[in-house]
Amino acid sequence: MRAVDAVMECLKAEGVDVVFGLPGGANLPTYDAFVGGGVRHILVRHEAGGGHAAQGYAKATGKVGVAFATSGPGATNLVTPICDAMMDSVPVVFLTGQVRTELIGTDGFQEADTIGITMPIVKHSFMITSPPEIPRAIHEAFHLARSGRPGPVLVDIPQDLSRAEIEYEPVTDVRLPGYQPRVEGNQKQIRQAAKALASAQRPVIYAGGGVINANASQELTEFVLSDRFPITCTLMGLGAFAAPHPQWLGMLGMHGTRAANYAMDEADLICAVGARFDDRITGKLSEFAPRAKFIHIDVDPAEISKNVPAHIPIVGDAKHVLAKLLIEYRAIGADPARLDAWWSRIEGWRSKYPLAYEDSTDAEIKPQYMIQALYEATGGEAIVASDVGQHQMWAAQYYHFPQPRRWINSGGLGTMGFGLPAAMGAAVGCPDRVVCCVAGDGSVQMNAQELSTCSENNIPIKVFIMNNGYLGMVRQWQELFWDGKYSHVDMGRFPDFVKLAEAHGATGMRFEDKHTLVEDMKRAIATDGPVVVDVRVTREENTYPMIPAGQPAREMVG
Amino acid sequence: MGEPGTKETLSLEELEAAASLRTGRKHVLSILVENKSGVLTRIAGLFARRGFNIDTLTVGPTEDEQVSRVTLTVDGALHPIDQVTKQLHKLVNVLKIRDLEPADTVARELALFKVSADGVQRGELMQIAEIFRGKVVDVSKRAVIIEVTGTTDKIAAFESMVRPFGLIEMMRTGEIAISRGRGET
Repeated sequence: MRAVDAVMECLKAEGVDVVFGLPGGANLPTYDAFVGGGVRHILVRHEAGGGHAAQGYAKATGKVGVAFATSGPGATNLVTPICDAMMDSVPVVFLTGQVRTELIGTDGFQEADTIGITMPIVKHSFMITSPPEIPRAIHEAFHLARSGRPGPVLVDIPQDLSRAEIEYEPVTDVRLPGYQPRVEGNQKQIRQAAKALASAQRPVIYAGGGVINANASQELTEFVLSDRFPITCTLMGLGAFAAPHPQWLGMLGMHGTRAANYAMDEADLICAVGARFDDRITGKLSEFAPRAKFIHIDVDPAEISKNVPAHIPIVGDAKHVLAKLLIEYRAIGADPARLDAWWSRIEGWRSKYPLAYEDSTDAEIKPQYMIQALYEATGGEAIVASDVGQHQMWAAQYYHFPQPRRWINSGGLGTMGFGLPAAMGAAVGCPDRVVCCVAGDGSVQMNAQELSTCSENNIPIKVFIMNNGYLGMVRQWQELFWDGKYSHVDMGRFPDFVKLAEAHGATGMRFEDKHTLVEDMKRAIATDGPVVVDVRVTREENTYPMIPAGQPAREMVG
Repeated sequence: MGEPGTKETLSLEELEAAASLRTGRKHVLSILVENKSGVLTRIAGLFARRGFNIDTLTVGPTEDEQVSRVTLTVDGALHPIDQVTKQLHKLVNVLKIRDLEPADTVARELALFKVSADGVQRGELMQIAEIFRGKVVDVSKRAVIIEVTGTTDKIAAFESMVRPFGLIEMMRTGEIAISRGRGET
């Protein structure tokens, strides 16, 4: 059969139920194979939208997302989603067309060195040089994307090679001698970690996106509840431990709660699980958690001691390690009463510094209230995708995620324009759930074209635009750190999002009254098909609390 | 230390202080890689991206034609070696990495020196070459070419000896290294 038909067979064998993509010259053969190929394809309006949709699908379902693009500009438009997937460890396979082999290196029409351009931002990539390699490369790409620390894998196929006839035989093994991720943690190290936890007076469990990637939320929860361990999650880890809960301190980091950040600051033992001590977590590194010893559990050995030296490093999959850690910990029978003093200190912070804001006295919608209203309108049960900026932080603070894979956002790369297409991908992957996108009026414009994709395919996402007419987070930084001089952050009141929605075949609404907001939101969610809601919020509101960049946690403001 | 979003200016000292764990010595990394296109680019790209400098780099075939060996030297005074090796391990085409212990390793480098030499100087140069067990591989009226193999230190010493004669060109291969004893490198 043709190599491209074999590609379809490989996708089916990998259990792919949808591909997001856009055809062009160099992948015409592949698109020919979609006709009657038995693989669902959703035509996006921009390759970046397709890439982010594949990410949203992967994050919501835990399966590998797939995005296709043609050579040259098609492939370069995928660069942002690829990099985003790398930073947030999202399993996505990208298949790009390439110009014919005889044109490679000649600056041919729509030729770009896709492998070269993406090399620093992929987990791995395959340049196809002969047609029989194609099935194996695709299966190995899926294996690499989903195993170990997940990530983006790219397969670049020259147009002529994709048309070749090959003998197709299903591939049932992978041959990657240089790739053997360690899954089981070292038993001795795990025992040591259990001992350290049992004797710690001021422990904190600090969990990240790795717990969600490893599907280890249940193991994490059982472990945390096996004693009175205080738990905090990173932005990427929200939902790994069900919020709200008495042991839940809230998110940590730059816009985390004071209770979580102060607990990290005063802890004598921090147990990091699937988290990487990013600068948004540590603040000033030299003054980060100065009294703490560190247990660091991660599937990627390179993360251990990268930023913060670990006293007890454990390389392994969070699901396996946490299950074993629980057994070891229970065997010790630590005395929960030793944590009394620690909890009274934490409770002190909690009651003194709850997440709070000053509500308006009239109908004005405060952005924080908008998230609280969304939480109420959805009963906390929606999948929430977000863009990047103030609205993202407020959503992380005020929407409490009871389950993993409900919170979908761009954490590491911080990609504006991520939310809407990611929500679209999540809705395709989870058709029975309500999928909302909390967007900024700046961010949403970066991939709003995918509303047409949603309308055409009846993908019923509900987009709530937190519209303050500003690039809000940049405005906040200019106000706080650049003497209040605003430089190019005022977006005015354009476009008219209601009309924009209607132009794309979606329903447009505008909400301006906080008193009816919850009911209005319920009405928007109950409306069939894609809906875009322009929620007018307070123009100049700052996201607090905040660790000013490069400061230690105890210098939190607001 | 400040970051892009903040207003403060940084001093060069602050930038240098941000460096992390260092061993303070030269490290020779012996890396077995799959013999596939783009592997060297991946390694070089990784070093560039993470801000590591490669001092020397050699690539060549091994006894197994599917596998090549990359030998590279990195300054452990400038870079955290464990991060370098851990990041290298993440490359799918990298099969094995050894950070060779200097005491258990035989390391050699080949160098070619083109030195100005008229009739009088030639004899003296040849004597020096002999002391270093070098070989004169080409002689012309005004220059000689000398081949020297040995450790990096020996070659540096030879260089300092011949430089006063007028060093026209020098070429060095970079080190290759093999572990002592029966065990594989």
